[in-house]
Amino acid sequence: MKKLDLTRILPGGRRWVIAGPYLWLLVFFFMPFVMVAKISVSETFLGIPPYTAMFEWLDQTLNIRMTFSNYAWLLSDDLYIRAYWNSIKIAFNATVFCLLLGYPMAYAIAKAPSHLQTTWLLLVLLPSWTSFLIRVYAWMGLLGNNGVFNNFMIWIGLIDSPIQMLNTNFAVYIGVVYSYLPFMVLPLYANLVKHDNALLEAASDLGARKVTSFFRITLPLSVNGIIAGSMLVFIPVVGEYVIPELLGGAETLMIGKVLWQEFFNNRDWPVASALAVLMILLLIIPIMLFHRYQNKESGL
Amino acid sequence: MRSGRFSLSVTIFWLGIFFLYGPMLMLIIYSFNASRMVQVWAGWSTRWYGELFQDQQLMGAVGRSLQIAFYSASTAVVIGMLASIVMIRFTRFRGRTLFSGMITAPLVMPDVIIGISMLLLFVAMAQSLGWPAQRGMLTIWIAHTTFCVAYSTVVISSRLREMDQSLEEAALDLGATPIKAFFLVTLPVISPAIISAWLLSFTLSLDDVVIASFVTGPGATTLPIEVFSQVKLGVTPKINALATIIIGVVSIVAFSSWLLFRKIDQHNRAAARMAAQG
Amino acid sequence: MALAAGARRQQHEASAEAKKTLLSIEKVTKYFDEDLAVDNVTLEVRQGEIFALLGASGSGKSTLLRMMAGFENPTEGRILLEGEDITHQPPYQRQINMMFQSYALFPHMTVEQNLAFGLKQEKLSKDVIIDRVQRMLKLVHMEKYARRKPHQLSGGQKQRVALARSLAKQPKLLLLDEPMGALDKKLRTEMQLEVVDILENVGVTCVMVTHDQEEAMTMADRIAIMDQGFIQQVGSPVDIYESPNSRMVAEFIGSVNLFDGQIIDDQEDHMTLHTDDLDADIYIGHGVTSGVDERSMLFALRPEKTLMTREKPDGDYNWSSGIVHDIAYLGGHTVYYVRLPQGKIVQCFLANVERRADRPTWDDPVYVHWASDSGVVLRS
Repeated sequence: MKKLDLTRILPGGRRWVIAGPYLWLLVFFFMPFVMVAKISVSETFLGIPPYTAMFEWLDQTLNIRMTFSNYAWLLSDDLYIRAYWNSIKIAFNATVFCLLLGYPMAYAIAKAPSHLQTTWLLLVLLPSWTSFLIRVYAWMGLLGNNGVFNNFMIWIGLIDSPIQMLNTNFAVYIGVVYSYLPFMVLPLYANLVKHDNALLEAASDLGARKVTSFFRITLPLSVNGIIAGSMLVFIPVVGEYVIPELLGGAETLMIGKVLWQEFFNNRDWPVASALAVLMILLLIIPIMLFHRYQNKESGL
Repeated sequence: MRSGRFSLSVTIFWLGIFFLYGPMLMLIIYSFNASRMVQVWAGWSTRWYGELFQDQQLMGAVGRSLQIAFYSASTAVVIGMLASIVMIRFTRFRGRTLFSGMITAPLVMPDVIIGISMLLLFVAMAQSLGWPAQRGMLTIWIAHTTFCVAYSTVVISSRLREMDQSLEEAALDLGATPIKAFFLVTLPVISPAIISAWLLSFTLSLDDVVIASFVTGPGATTLPIEVFSQVKLGVTPKINALATIIIGVVSIVAFSSWLLFRKIDQHNRAAARMAAQG
Repeated sequence: MALAAGARRQQHEASAEAKKTLLSIEKVTKYFDEDLAVDNVTLEVRQGEIFALLGASGSGKSTLLRMMAGFENPTEGRILLEGEDITHQPPYQRQINMMFQSYALFPHMTVEQNLAFGLKQEKLSKDVIIDRVQRMLKLVHMEKYARRKPHQLSGGQKQRVALARSLAKQPKLLLLDEPMGALDKKLRTEMQLEVVDILENVGVTCVMVTHDQEEAMTMADRIAIMDQGFIQQVGSPVDIYESPNSRMVAEFIGSVNLFDGQIIDDQEDHMTLHTDDLDADIYIGHGVTSGVDERSMLFALRPEKTLMTREKPDGDYNWSSGIVHDIAYLGGHTVYYVRLPQGKIVQCFLANVERRADRPTWDDPVYVHWASDSGVVLRS
């Protein structure tokens, strides 16, 4: 008896177990990307759906119509390039902020007495179970010109007139760090809590002070957790739409927002698809990095 | 080693907690504000809760969202359980790399990409197959199930990996068929993970606004879509009231499961102590 | 190799008096919350010796070791190294290094980097560090593996690296926490002798903690037996085995036959005990000099000193009849379990000097007997 094997009872049972989830993901996760790729090389067309077919029977011959004009269009207008660049910049900075705040938090939880750890972790994760939308919305009330912060600062006499905070990049950073912080803390905690305390004792025994032990032992050993947490923040933030829409202003040019506008406001599905394809290409390396980490940490 | 000393990380931890909970506390307080001008305090009132429950459109959206979340979570958990068995127990088969990629990618893939690609698929399918004829709750259910499968698989497979496989072997050895061994031994052992996977999927589905906006159709407005359209215009006291209710429900569920967990934990510790002394 | 260790031990015994004290532990007590882990322990470790703390798990031996290293603070008492009070010195300032049970090799560093870690903390110059690391690698025969990471090493190799790392700083005192705990039995015997060789080479004073009596007796010059946080007896392996001072020590080290007896006669040069378990009384070749009121005593007799014959022994003392109850053939020797008339079962070891001798078998009537200086009298 080497492995639990359903084939013993159902001929081909194993195949059925694989086929179920495989087919679902193939049809509803993989196929959509093929569709996006396909439509990104078709032409805009006034109608329903608003793009031309790739294959057409004309005069009893198969015509394949492909165009890269959508990509050419994206690269010719610096609005799109700036949007990509801005998104990456904002996502990168926000990831650094999340790490700076999230690492000490994860460290504190991992070092807490074991009966407190679950409770502390729960405290960090609890907000992410309430609505994401509501949490972003909460900052609208705090940061607005007529918001809690401005009112408070005017009341104590710090300022005379409200400072513009809402609809700025500052508000976007606050919103992103606020929403994504738990995603940084969780993998870092999972990594840090596994560290063998004997290693730190050994370092101390060999003459290292606490600070040295942290930088020479703890930090290098938590690299996997840092990568996982950073990718969990960076990748989704690059494509973030809700936060720049609600908290950002005219200056906040992010690719998720541009894609949304192309799709819903301009109804230019091929250009929106091309934007999506480029975004995937941009994110493929971070996604693979994350996938490799997942493999390493969880054996998936 | 020495307690009671100043610790930088613990200080930052509590600052972080304050950062996380402060804004929500403000939402709750201002939901009881009598004034229509949201940030101007005009005394305590529950008036906005009354208006919230009279908003037919919002209440309808709540019902639809709960329904979609329930079905998505349930489907996702079943598929996720199968996927976990595939990932953990069937270590080699053709296409495993693609399979594991399709499990992890949705965890980080930006919502707008999942949304647009799903919609394009549904449009193409409707064109060529005639199904789904109309977009709405069905398509949202499919979309939500798909990304929830990834989360469910991660949660369930981590439990399945820790499970001692000799438990199943013992069941087989004692005469249970593989199917029976699965339902009588494996399933009960991984049931905590299945419950948390379901809860996670449920909240994720209830929370999604971007993907649902892409794949929805006429008349199928979910709660987040409705909230989003109202919020875009600015802060409204009704949404404060709704937020307070959501925070309240989540806190009660979380608090009671925390209590339950602690009780089980204490019980186990006490039992272990008794066993050690006995 | 065993011979070498034995020779070294004798040499130590001869000069033991001349050796000065390196580490002294004075009335150290440690509580964990309410639980008493170490109970008023006073100990002295001499320069150059290998000292073993032997005890079952939970006896407090590891806590005592961790207090020497500085990972735990004593609730009461002092620890002195060369006369200097180090009780509250943090571990990174003590000239004491430890080899951890799990080895605690830094997984992200190579063997070389592990060895250099402690030296870098001392801010030694690069050349000195390189030179010292090379010497350490040579000492433990690991030159070939300098660039390997710990997960690429076998159990024995990991142990050598861990030992070298704790020796690299040339500590005044080396602590070994269950040094062979992570190795399988065969490798354990090999490494015990190798480690003693290396320690002897370096000439470092060493305190080790173990629950394995064979290990303690093979490696250590002196052994302290710990039980429930308390030191029961300190002495050389021979002292501890041949002259245990309590029932606990006698039972803990090796096997022993114990008889409860009453003093009938207590003279300067001999004493006799009566016990219901034996046919004859017990005659011991010395008296209990400290005049005690207590009449009941415990007589401890090692199984290899318990002889067995088919014929009735001569004399009025130190024998009993019995029946062979069970036999365990262990290759080198055979253990006979003999049931005495009152039902008590005693063990006796018979060395298998002949390949197939005519030996008593199950249910044979036999006699057990012993010499008047074979056993030890203990207070019960």
